[in-house]
Amino acid sequence: MLDWFRMIELIDVQKSFDDGATQAVANTSLTVAEGELLGLIGESGSGKTTTLKMINRLEEPSYGEIRVNGHNVLDQKPEELRRNIGYVFQGIGLFPHYTVARNVAAVPELLDWDETRISQRCAETLSMVGLPIEEYGDRYPSQLSGGQQQRVGVARALAAEPAVILMDEPFGALDPITRVELQEEFKRIQTDLNLTAIMVTHDMTEALLLADRIAVMKDGEVLQTGTPRELLNQPQHDYVREIVEMPKRRADRLEQLIHSS
Amino acid sequence: MNESLREQLLLLPEYFQGHLILTLAALSLGIVISIPLGIWAAQSVVVKRPLLTIVSIIQTFPSVAILALVVAFLGGQIGIVPAIIALVLYSMLPIVRNTVSGLETVADEVVEAAQGIGMSSYQILTRVRIPLALPVIIAGIRTAAVWTVGLATLSTLVGATSFGNYIFTGLQTRNLVSVTVGSIAAALMAVVLDSLIGGIQWLVENKNQASSEKKYKQVKYAIIGALILSISFSAYSLLPEPETDFTIGGKGFTEQYIIAGLLSAELEAAGFSVEQRLGMGTEVVYTATANNTVDVYLEYTGTVWANIMNNSNNPGRDAVLAGVTEFIEGPEGMVNIGALGFQNRYALAMRKDRAQELGVTSIEDLIPIARDLIAAGDLEFFGRPEWITLRDTYNIDFAQKLTFDPTLMYTAINEEQVDLIAGYTSDGRIAAFDLLLLEDPRNALLPYDSFLLASSTAAENALFTETLESLVNAISDDEMRAANRIVDVDGGAVSDAVAYLQSVIR
Repeated sequence: MLDWFRMIELIDVQKSFDDGATQAVANTSLTVAEGELLGLIGESGSGKTTTLKMINRLEEPSYGEIRVNGHNVLDQKPEELRRNIGYVFQGIGLFPHYTVARNVAAVPELLDWDETRISQRCAETLSMVGLPIEEYGDRYPSQLSGGQQQRVGVARALAAEPAVILMDEPFGALDPITRVELQEEFKRIQTDLNLTAIMVTHDMTEALLLADRIAVMKDGEVLQTGTPRELLNQPQHDYVREIVEMPKRRADRLEQLIHSS
Repeated sequence: MNESLREQLLLLPEYFQGHLILTLAALSLGIVISIPLGIWAAQSVVVKRPLLTIVSIIQTFPSVAILALVVAFLGGQIGIVPAIIALVLYSMLPIVRNTVSGLETVADEVVEAAQGIGMSSYQILTRVRIPLALPVIIAGIRTAAVWTVGLATLSTLVGATSFGNYIFTGLQTRNLVSVTVGSIAAALMAVVLDSLIGGIQWLVENKNQASSEKKYKQVKYAIIGALILSISFSAYSLLPEPETDFTIGGKGFTEQYIIAGLLSAELEAAGFSVEQRLGMGTEVVYTATANNTVDVYLEYTGTVWANIMNNSNNPGRDAVLAGVTEFIEGPEGMVNIGALGFQNRYALAMRKDRAQELGVTSIEDLIPIARDLIAAGDLEFFGRPEWITLRDTYNIDFAQKLTFDPTLMYTAINEEQVDLIAGYTSDGRIAAFDLLLLEDPRNALLPYDSFLLASSTAAENALFTETLESLVNAISDDEMRAANRIVDVDGGAVSDAVAYLQSVIR
């Protein structure tokens, strides 16, 4: 653990709502190394999105400490913290009244970059996600397909060159073919840029294929953290076994189908 | 018909200008006040409820009452200021309500995205929520604009020029051409303003839609063109009018319009420039004259004696005139130029045939039979102190006391639906319907000598006073009745009646 840099650290983090009546996240500790993609998986209500939101202070922890790049997040102004962390939203969350280019430029604008740098960076990130600015820059989100919209969402998160990127079910709303395409592209970009990323998902296949490590959450607790291989081979919990078995069983079934026909 | 229409259209530029200024000023102020209030309410639940309740309550007040209250609140000031304040109050509800709901309906996920990328609350408001709420806010402004154009017609009642001048003058002088021109003009202005703002709304709504770009550009240029046109038009009409020497006031009935016309004609003949502010209530025009906003108008001794000095006794015609003159020239600081000669008082009137049948010539003759008779009065007569005095002096009451709009009251007696009415002595319809005015031997009914009430500053002008003094004691009851008849019964124009009076004065 000492030979790599801990980009994101959650130490004993808890979150309760309604003055302690509801415990959303209980005693969670997680570490994400620089350049690593952590998959945070669980059912709805498992606390995975709340955990993600505490990292950029969209939610405040009730207890515990969160560090990003070595600094306690509570020591920074929430707005400034968020501008330095890329965020890809569930349901995309593009600004419908901004063009594609302005959506991507939103964070650099908040950071007061100069105009030439902004337009250069917009062109760069948009071509990175396969939407050349000449063709797509002046369009509005409503003029794009769902997959194209989420590409813009990724480009927006990357625009200000963050070292850390948080993703809340980024591919959940897409059709299966587009989803696979975008997953692969994102993995390539993440590796190329050496991004540290946390991806919340309820799709185990997605987590197994993309994540370097996976944390499985249930009822506000992290049950197990490990590489996909570790989870598949040594599940330490019935629930973990159950959810990693599912994609495996389906893959086996497909295998049988191919051979029987 | 054509002549009448031409006469009305000559007034159009002045009324249009007045109406446009009122509408644009009230709407701009309404926007400037209501949008920030709406934004504030959308941020704070503590503000939202009370604010929306208050603006809704204002809306339920009758508009005429709001106008009167604003005038009273401003210490009797009349004209464009109270009118604009009242219109602003009325424009607030749709703008505030739409601002609040527009901001509230911005999708949560968009707001959360704005938060997530690091916008401050202020940036979220100005860069995301307000732009996205804009179509809804503009829809509210559009509603307010149409309401304002319509309500601005009522500004006439507090002495601000608008298309309402056409409507109220027309209603009082039975000039349907005037009413029609005023209504159509107001409707047209509302339609133009509505389409203009509707166009802007369409542009804002379709900015980020996949609609055909060609159409978008066409609408955009059409709106920019229309905006430039109307702005330059408004700017032109907002150029300051040449200041006139005197302002002639008046209340809202035929006789007032005729005498105001006569005063204008006489003063213009003497070389003065004048403007008219007609159709006001007694309270409003009286206070305006005390404030020197109005320079001269036709008032009646009984009105001042009973309604302003709050006297309930009747010391007789000469004593009332002397008392009223002393009052207005003393504490009120105005000037009585002189009585014109005719009275416009209440009098009980019967059809001559009915009077003969019952053997009635004076109110005393009614005493034994009043209980079997049906009487009619205008909207206020049976509520005035004069009726109480009349009732107690003669100890009479009627089987039924009906109230009517004056026009319908005369129709009712003409068609024998009522036995007697409380008519007006100078009314042209007394002669036209051949009515008998009953004598009042016990002097129960107050005298209403007409006189010219002038402001203190105007009366300092010797030529002004001299010109108007030539009218003192120049018009008899019969002559005024004849002049009123030209408009009320024969369907003539006010200018015809003025010409008639000028001919009898000379």
